[in-house]
Amino acid sequence: MTSSPAPAIEATALVKSFGAVRAVTGVDLTVRPGEIVAFLGPNGAGKTTTIDMLLGLTAPDSGDVRVFGMAPRAAIAHGLVSAVLQSGGLLKDLTVRETLDLTASLFADTRPVAEVLERAGIIEIASRKVGLCSGGQQQRLRFAMALLSDPGLLILDEPTTGMDVEGRRAFWNAIRADADRGRTVLFATHYLDEADEYADRIVLMSRGTIVADGATSEIKNLVSGRIVQATLPGAGTDPALVADLPGVEEVTVQGDRITVHTSDSDALARHLLTRTAARDVEITPQNLESVFLALTSEGASA
Amino acid sequence: MTVDAVRLDRRVPPFGGFTLTYLRIELARKLRNRRTLIFTLIFPVTMFLIIGYPLRDTPLTDTPISAGGPSVAAFIMVSMAMYGAMMSATQTGASVAVERAQGWSRQLRLTPLNPLVNVIIKMIAGMLLGLVAVVATYIAGALSGVELSAVQWISTGLVGWLLASAVFTTLGLMVGYLVPGENAAQVTSLAIVLLAFIGGLFYPVSGMPDFMQTIAAFTPVYGISELARAPLTGDGFDVVALVNALVWFAIFLVGTVVFFRRDTKRV
Repeated sequence: MTSSPAPAIEATALVKSFGAVRAVTGVDLTVRPGEIVAFLGPNGAGKTTTIDMLLGLTAPDSGDVRVFGMAPRAAIAHGLVSAVLQSGGLLKDLTVRETLDLTASLFADTRPVAEVLERAGIIEIASRKVGLCSGGQQQRLRFAMALLSDPGLLILDEPTTGMDVEGRRAFWNAIRADADRGRTVLFATHYLDEADEYADRIVLMSRGTIVADGATSEIKNLVSGRIVQATLPGAGTDPALVADLPGVEEVTVQGDRITVHTSDSDALARHLLTRTAARDVEITPQNLESVFLALTSEGASA
Repeated sequence: MTVDAVRLDRRVPPFGGFTLTYLRIELARKLRNRRTLIFTLIFPVTMFLIIGYPLRDTPLTDTPISAGGPSVAAFIMVSMAMYGAMMSATQTGASVAVERAQGWSRQLRLTPLNPLVNVIIKMIAGMLLGLVAVVATYIAGALSGVELSAVQWISTGLVGWLLASAVFTTLGLMVGYLVPGENAAQVTSLAIVLLAFIGGLFYPVSGMPDFMQTIAAFTPVYGISELARAPLTGDGFDVVALVNALVWFAIFLVGTVVFFRRDTKRV
């Protein structure tokens, strides 16, 4: 299946345990150059451990990682991959510009420091000490550092944590512009709307393994339709009331409260309101959040 | 702005990422850190002026100063210069581990910089500051009337500087990996003052009570300071001092490796 250019990421059967904790139980992931991939999962799903292995910061117990066909460490040395990590520390006594000068000096080829300062939106605080920068400003500095080598692959772990709305928008605009130049981006986030809005593809991770992987629209369609909730007097005691409802795909009854998965919420709502004594009708669309909950909740089969 | 496509044919930097830019920034960090300057530059020079200067006419050996013998001031000068080099080296060693604990090393691992080259760059910066401390103290000594032969000036300064740097950078690294955190540097600074006293850096071991002399010979400052001051007396160096210096260097080096391994397992 692999075509001529090497995949940006090719991870095969990654496994990693920390003592008795099995952080990653088997991850296979191939990312083609130019894709923007969102990595979603609850805390403890193994996202950060997987990212650490993709970057060579943690050695897998078994399995293999290739980044543009190279070992992660070699890809970093070539300036092909960079990352914005949550855990990456900064030197508080350096200025923003010194931090970038230092980082730039370590690579063979880099973009000009002035350019990444501007792109990360921190040009006006270039001479400020890092220790005096806010969390969001430090996060943008990490982003600027990651842009210096103009990497083919950019990995971001919760990249917009601490940024305000304006900073977040500017950040994603910069990422988008880079993707148009052929940059591959993999980002972990817990902002589902970010994944929905900015990713081409979503990889859902739960308990150390990938439970769903597909185009953003596919993942959203995994559980299609809408959810209709209503209070239907007698529903708890008379199953026939529920059985007569149109367009029902799945239904749960708690007392008189029914929760229905349906592909035609209009017909169902019309039926409930005109032919039954139902009240308090609520219609909610499926969103990434509910897909996510359905796939990663206990006992779900994906 | 015209945007070109992201290129995938890339080069690896030479020398594991060693650059003069990093070295320059590392030095600048030290020079604007007030605590570092006080401990490594101001303290040794001031202490020499307070303790050494009044003793510029007191002979260190049986040879009178008028006959070319060294003064006690010269002894204090060499000791204080070494103290500055030791302080610089220890803080450098500790800072490697502290920056690791703060996540900066992890950030650096996202660059081509080789971790060993990182330590080497910091060691060079620490040694350069140590050299400044030695030179500053020697200038204060020369201006105060300390008279030594050219060979004595250079050999005491060079031996003191190099030995202090080697032994105390490894001590700093070991303590830093053992207790990573902001406190590591302060803890070691205090320890060095005590070690300097008992090792005869501020006060000749020969003037101590017998049991203290025995203890002193087993402490880490003793060996390197005896070796550095050997050219003053012209007696040649003591084998005990050499063994002391080598053994302590080996202990700190092994400690560094052991604690470093324990530290990396955690991450």
